[in-house]
Amino acid sequence: MTAITDRQKLQYMAAKAADARVNVELETEGMILNMGPQHPATHGTLRIVARLDGEQVISAEPIAGYMHRGYEKLSEVRSFPQVTTLINRIDWLGSFANEVPFILACEQLMEIEAPPRAQWIRTLLFEMSRVANLILFLGDMGVQLGAVTPAFYAFRDREFVLDQIEAVTGGRFHPNFDRIGGLLDDLPKGWLAETKQVMVKVRRFCDEIDDLLMGAETFESRMRGIGVIPPDVAMQYGLSGPNARGSGIDWDNRRDNCFGLVYPELDWKVWTHPDGDSYARFWVRLQEVREATKMIDQLCDGLPGGPIMAKVPRIIKVPTGEAYVATENPLGEMGYYVISKGGLNPFRVKIRSASFNNVSITPWLLRGVYVPDIITILGSLYFILGDIDR
Amino acid sequence: MSDETTTPEEAAPQEVEVEVAAPRDERLEALLERFTHHLGDSIVDSHIVVGKDLWIRVATDAWRAAAEVARNDLHARYFGFLSGIDWMESPYGRSMDSEVDRILSGEDRPGPGPIEQGYAGGETRFQVFARVAHIGEPNATWGVTLKADVPDDPFEVESWTSVFAGADWHERECHEMFGIGFVGHPGLRHMYLPSDFEGYPLRKDFPLVARQVKPWPGIVDVEAMPEVPAPGAPGAPDGATGATTEPADGGDA
Repeated sequence: MTAITDRQKLQYMAAKAADARVNVELETEGMILNMGPQHPATHGTLRIVARLDGEQVISAEPIAGYMHRGYEKLSEVRSFPQVTTLINRIDWLGSFANEVPFILACEQLMEIEAPPRAQWIRTLLFEMSRVANLILFLGDMGVQLGAVTPAFYAFRDREFVLDQIEAVTGGRFHPNFDRIGGLLDDLPKGWLAETKQVMVKVRRFCDEIDDLLMGAETFESRMRGIGVIPPDVAMQYGLSGPNARGSGIDWDNRRDNCFGLVYPELDWKVWTHPDGDSYARFWVRLQEVREATKMIDQLCDGLPGGPIMAKVPRIIKVPTGEAYVATENPLGEMGYYVISKGGLNPFRVKIRSASFNNVSITPWLLRGVYVPDIITILGSLYFILGDIDR
Repeated sequence: MSDETTTPEEAAPQEVEVEVAAPRDERLEALLERFTHHLGDSIVDSHIVVGKDLWIRVATDAWRAAAEVARNDLHARYFGFLSGIDWMESPYGRSMDSEVDRILSGEDRPGPGPIEQGYAGGETRFQVFARVAHIGEPNATWGVTLKADVPDDPFEVESWTSVFAGADWHERECHEMFGIGFVGHPGLRHMYLPSDFEGYPLRKDFPLVARQVKPWPGIVDVEAMPEVPAPGAPGAPDGATGATTEPADGGDA
């Protein structure tokens, strides 16, 4: 920390000294800019208090907690199956993905495993929620920079994905479909063929975004070189998911730490980008959506038959123990540290959510940037407030 | 196994079976060995779940040193999370008015039991725990959960912020939720709660007020359906006509 701060200080002082020579006559005055709690770039209610010197940010402090719901406390009084209802609402754009690590942690403690078909459908829905989540990011990033069109395309095509999720689970946003030992229900008839159709639409959407945004000069000039995160800093702050891979860290929980899901049986690739700037993070997410559609196609083709539920007792008691299971959620590493004392309810659940770590870097990252770039950086870090506040 | 008259030849595989029953995880043991090499006596206890994970409990004084060793010597440069645990049994139970817990366990409602720490043991009611990982090398990633006791006086541990900058927010959250102090932290302001909030919500003796005001119905105590009296019996409603006219009158007025 000290090394970074010192370097930052020196850089800032050098920049100030350079500016001072220019600004002898253009004296600037400090001011405090308050963004939020309601701001389109914050995906919820995050407040940013930035101290400015002219157009430059001297320091920025994100203030969270407007939506803190205390899930860690609430899960202590709920039985294990009831907890999934809560944790659905952490990252509400990719809800199914929230349930999986918690269920896997419980299964690890109970030493049971879901049958193969359930694992495949879990992975399938997991990737579906990734697509639904990241599509919105791809469209929304345009809105942050003043291009509204991609957002309409995003909402249009996301709806197809949500329809498919709804057809299986009954819920567009809060499926609550995963159970300890398997799944609530099987897939409806004809769903696999429809899903593959939808994936064609999603790939077409990705190409549209490629044309509309990636090819646009304005977009590139506002994204390239903005908000650069070196890999070592990213790891110190615990950045995960596309934010880490956008900084060139070749790490994906789906490949490196896969437990209970069928990623090793699929043919896919982890995308990384060495630049570490906003453009790299956007690019990685775009590639990930494409990769996810390919994975979904493979999952639809290779889906094995069999039961969807393992034998579990009707009243679930989880044996004494501790387990930490993390999965690669759309936003990054989402993990649950579950402590059980053998009862009906967890003794303690520590929710390690991706956005909390991803946003904790903002005071470091926003120092020295210009005001319009705050929006670019926040948009490209991509967080969901429910995922910060829990 | 069941046959009492086993020959010596058959007894041999039984011994093998005993060894299989206590499997070892060489990868995690090697990892623990690397920690022991750097931290020495500071490691108080450890726990391995075979094929899954490693827990290491370090002495309170060595909490920051453990982070330094993990990051600088063992290249676990990725900071996962940091938080606290209150090992006391909750005096409020699950705050259910149904007695499902007691019925299932078949015993009288127990008071708060003795404090029992989980993996890698412990001596104090509160512990801090954190997770760091080595990432970035495909097929060579690993993670470890580090724990340390938090003594009652002074109720604090060393801050990790000088090792992992990302520990800043996690320690703020842990401070407001458990009251644990972090020596060397730049500013333990509240993360989520209003700055004048009193109490530490994630402590077990902090009641979940919503459940105190209105206990959760639970599984057993589902309210019984109201009994429908037989038609014509005393106390029975006047029937369909009476029920429909009443709201209609109200609507007209």
